[in-house]
Amino acid sequence: MEHIVIIGNGISGVTAARHIRKLSDKKITIISAENDYFFSRTALMYVYMGHMKFEHTQPYEDWFWKKNRIELLKGFVESMNHQGKKLHLKSASDVEYDKLIIATGSKSNKFGWPGQDLKGVQGLYSKQDLENLENYAPNNQICKRAVIVGGGLIGIELAEMLRSREIPITFLVRESSFWNVVLPSGESNLINEHILEHHIDLRLSTNLVEIIADENGRVKAITTDTGETIECNFVGLTAGVSPNIDFLRESDIELGRGVKVNRLLETNIKDIYAIGDCAEQYEAIGSRRPIEAVWYTGRMMGETVAQTICGRETEYKPGHWFNSAKFLDLEYQTYGWVFSERIKKDHEKHFHWRHSKEKICITIAYHADTNEFLGINTFGIRMRHEIFNRWLTEKRQVDYVMEYLKDANFDPEFYAQYESEIVEQFNSELGMHIELKRKSWKRIFKTA
Amino acid sequence: MKAIKNIGLILFLIGLGIFTSLTVLGKFQVDRSILDQVISEKGIKSEVFIKELQNNLVDKEFNSMLSFSPKIVTALEMANAQHRKNKEYKKVIYTNPHDMAAYIGKKSGSGFIANNKGLMWFLTFGLGIIGSLMFIIPNVVLLGKKGIKNDGIYLENATNRGWIAWLVFIFLVSFYLILYFRSEYAVNWTFLADPISEGISGNPAGHWFVYGFMYCVVMTVMAIRMYVKYRHNMYQMVRTTSVLFFQIVFAFLIPEIMVRLQMPYYDFKNAFPLDYDFFFSWNLKELLASGGIGLFILVWGIVLTLIIVPAMVYFFGKRWYCSWVCGCGGLAETLGDPYRQHSSKSLFSWKVERWLIHGVLVFAVTMTLMTLYSFFTESSTVLAIKTQSVQNTYSILIGAFFAGVIGTGFYPIFGNRVWCRFGCPLAAYLGFVQRFKSRFRITTNGGQCISCGNCSTYCEQGIDVRAYAQKGENIVRSSCVGCGICAAVCPRGVLKLENGPLEGRINPTQVLLGNDVDLMELMNKK
Repeated sequence: MEHIVIIGNGISGVTAARHIRKLSDKKITIISAENDYFFSRTALMYVYMGHMKFEHTQPYEDWFWKKNRIELLKGFVESMNHQGKKLHLKSASDVEYDKLIIATGSKSNKFGWPGQDLKGVQGLYSKQDLENLENYAPNNQICKRAVIVGGGLIGIELAEMLRSREIPITFLVRESSFWNVVLPSGESNLINEHILEHHIDLRLSTNLVEIIADENGRVKAITTDTGETIECNFVGLTAGVSPNIDFLRESDIELGRGVKVNRLLETNIKDIYAIGDCAEQYEAIGSRRPIEAVWYTGRMMGETVAQTICGRETEYKPGHWFNSAKFLDLEYQTYGWVFSERIKKDHEKHFHWRHSKEKICITIAYHADTNEFLGINTFGIRMRHEIFNRWLTEKRQVDYVMEYLKDANFDPEFYAQYESEIVEQFNSELGMHIELKRKSWKRIFKTA
Repeated sequence: MKAIKNIGLILFLIGLGIFTSLTVLGKFQVDRSILDQVISEKGIKSEVFIKELQNNLVDKEFNSMLSFSPKIVTALEMANAQHRKNKEYKKVIYTNPHDMAAYIGKKSGSGFIANNKGLMWFLTFGLGIIGSLMFIIPNVVLLGKKGIKNDGIYLENATNRGWIAWLVFIFLVSFYLILYFRSEYAVNWTFLADPISEGISGNPAGHWFVYGFMYCVVMTVMAIRMYVKYRHNMYQMVRTTSVLFFQIVFAFLIPEIMVRLQMPYYDFKNAFPLDYDFFFSWNLKELLASGGIGLFILVWGIVLTLIIVPAMVYFFGKRWYCSWVCGCGGLAETLGDPYRQHSSKSLFSWKVERWLIHGVLVFAVTMTLMTLYSFFTESSTVLAIKTQSVQNTYSILIGAFFAGVIGTGFYPIFGNRVWCRFGCPLAAYLGFVQRFKSRFRITTNGGQCISCGNCSTYCEQGIDVRAYAQKGENIVRSSCVGCGICAAVCPRGVLKLENGPLEGRINPTQVLLGNDVDLMELMNKK
């Protein structure tokens, strides 16, 4: 029986294992040093905040693995020998494989800041990070102030977490406005305001220079490039993540920033695949980045590689870009591409609407010449994935999207709806006369 | 603000303390005239019982129900034993001894509590209400901006099965045990509620009136908590208002007013088989004897169960009843909200759930068939089984223990929907309709789920919502009561409760949206 070994029990590796089991009878082993069972790392923040217990982050009950004959091996892979098809584990015997899936995920970026390895300085990625956080920032007595470095999605999550325990936060962000590499200015501004409203000391255009230790090797302060020294007991380094592939440095597997893979998620060595955060496409797919550290892409790669391994060669085709996130209390969804002013091309035009009082806004991107709808960002309004996916595939014009915007609304029942305001502003800005159509179940559930 | 909360907490605890101590405090004195009233109203023919009471009770002062009640209970049990032995069946007293103690206690209560009903009401209910509102309302400010307010739920003793939760558990269980089995200890509570009861129905309060009144008070206070906690969520606001309205108006006021108008006591929203004694012969007889209104209630009750309830479930899902109208659901969604996370999500629990709830449904239907058979044929047994004893078993086992003691008492430990999930026969019935023929579903939003598990954690019905959401499948489960909390706590906007076409409602997917494999090709390769 063919033995499939998967390194990493995150969403990518576990999805691959589940689908291989669905499609075949192969022997499957998942190796992880992080935790015995798969858990959802997106939920770690909720454990610290007291919304959940750690056991709630585990999507499958403990009996699931045995029942599905997926062997779980706790261990850390130190190196590998691809000629002998063998993995060397730290303090455990070697593991042989017929096919290998590398799904080792990411690690937090550290850019060589002085003091970056002190006690109380860490990223937020793994279960161990959560345990350390609980240790160094359990309350505002032990942690009188925390500094977060890096204004991205993990940074804002860490801020939300620390706030839940009333720990004062200073938030250093390199850019002049929050996440404006990705978001258009209207939205980025909205988030700036939202962060300040939550009494977080947001420092835009500010970089970390040095982390200073006390006599016990714990962080006691940091200095910034604006010449300030900020006393703190905890530093969160959240300036992005990069592939966790150090154990492959000595191997013959072709590496870039991640493990290089083709569309079939194969590495340059036969029978070795890489999926999830640690995989790097030789050529980027559409406007996507070659490395995508996103939950659902990891899941899709797992689904795809399982097909290939079970004899149905399947290319990884992630379809239209979508994503979602939450900035403190602000829900964000995106479908298609809406680029920030900093990187968007000239033909990409934006229509932006913002509610007069509430923190609610949308930005719709469309092609200046053809009027083709390119994408939408929403804050505080939920949208229906299927509808936008369909409209993107059908290459609908922006007028069409406006006309049928109600079909796309996914907010809970009885919520205030803003489509008429949105369309009104669109009409007046662009001199159009679009009439909003009523929501239609027939259109929404139309099957292709 | 925190100081206001703390003062509120203290006031609440004082009120609760006084309320609790009333079970054993109070003065009871039976004189000759009270005894005569008891004898004539209850039609007592047992001279043994009367003599016992004369010797041990009359013109004696009792300073606690603890000493008062045993005198009556032992007298009654002794008298009955003697009459049964002598085959003097006409002299046997069929009133339950504890109900008799409560009945005599109610007549003979004197002293401070019975003479200061208004003041005592304020010191118990009043302090409880003021205290809890002082504890709740500052959260308008303290909870800050709109958003999900679940911080610290698993870090707090009371909401994480700590000692406070266990104390609440003991309190609630004891409260229900008193209510169902030792009502004499509730006599003092009925004094506090007398003015209100007399104002509404014209009668002094019994312990079930106290319960109904308290139910409304608790729901109102905890609904205010819901309004504060979910003030950004219109679905929760509207739903909470609805469930509160149906409790106060339909379950509490209308039946009491009907009594005042010489009509049968009836809760128009309480559908059979949750209202398990609707077809009991005493109820049918009472309805048939009540003229037009009785007949109307009889027809309404049947139409409600057979047509209105399933039709509404078809259009809106069982949520229209379970989390918008029902009294049990109403308490669960208000008082029970802080405990919703304790429902077990394991597959094992789901199996237990299906056996139990459908078992209770079969029990209820069988019992009712037996009842109807006995009613129309006027025979007291069906296949040599006594209808009456089946009814009694159901009343005690399901009506009292499952729905009351376990259903509410276990809130702090096993979550707020133990009865609704494992026991309610009406929920089982609605569940069939919801699962097989309803427009209701919780739609999963394509591939946006990140498997975080907030939805599953906060599902009061123990549905592993995430298991569906992460596969891109809609949630179509018979047990879902449509409270809408899963959609509220989802950080990624993945879930939406909606009513739509039947087609495509149940949608198991092989590959999630976004992953653009050619599905036809994939199918053909199979």
